[in-house]
Amino acid sequence: MIADFFPQGMTHYLMGGLLIGAGVGTLFVLRGLIGGTSTFFTSTWSYVSSRPFFQQGRFVGTRGWRAVYAAGLVLGAAVFYLLFGEAFQTAVPAWRLLVGGVLIGFGARLSNGCTAGHGICGLASLQLPSLLAVLTFLGTAILVAHVMLWIGVAA
Amino acid sequence: MSALRWVAALVSGSLFGFGLAWSTMIRPEVVIDFLLFRDLGLLLVLGGAVFVALLCYQLAPRLLRQPLLGGAFEHRRAVLDRRTLLGAAIFGMGWGLCGVCPGPAIAGLGAANWPLLIALLGIFAGAYLQGRFFPGR
Repeated sequence: MIADFFPQGMTHYLMGGLLIGAGVGTLFVLRGLIGGTSTFFTSTWSYVSSRPFFQQGRFVGTRGWRAVYAAGLVLGAAVFYLLFGEAFQTAVPAWRLLVGGVLIGFGARLSNGCTAGHGICGLASLQLPSLLAVLTFLGTAILVAHVMLWIGVAA
Repeated sequence: MSALRWVAALVSGSLFGFGLAWSTMIRPEVVIDFLLFRDLGLLLVLGGAVFVALLCYQLAPRLLRQPLLGGAFEHRRAVLDRRTLLGAAIFGMGWGLCGVCPGPAIAGLGAANWPLLIALLGIFAGAYLQGRFFPGR
């Protein structure tokens, strides 16, 4: 019965999730930093844009560790890939990745958090606004995914 | 000590990225399957991650005077306002459209999922548009 909801099994999801939490937790225990991921996309603009918004201390002052943390994301996935992985390239069409990407970047930064910032860090900080943000983006994501299915746009 | 602080950020990110790859969250198809209720694995990923992060966030400031490599423990304060909810709604629309979110978009490159570069380009563009036209507070 439960297995019906997890056709690919459960272990790798759970182990992966625990490790993601361990990464976020390690950053906090060692350095006291809250490791969301979407701020990286704004703080990195501070290297090239002189606009006052991007030059705020909360971006300039954190862009270094955020870039290193992002490099770690790539490194960790590369280690997994080299040890156990099979090559996998998404078949989601380019236009969906591009349009989706713009909405993701814009929305996450307007909301000041994404699946990591609100979903993991916000919930782990017991922040009610983050819980409401999570329920909101889960709702619109489920809606859009179903609409794409109904109108017959291939995933 | 300073070098160690950078290594700490790199190792933390690596654990995060390894977990994203292991849990197959760097495959947009798996995320879309969750959003279509075909495979609820994403809930296990989120639950496992929140569980460990919650322990660290709640216990470390009570057991330690400061982070092990110095500095101070940050507190995340989210604000409940229109921007937070409207932004979340827009973010979710993009997430539902392509099955990618910021962490996996970055980590996927490590596993040679090259089409995610297109999503990364879009995310950088979206973040710029937000800062350029809707800087807010």
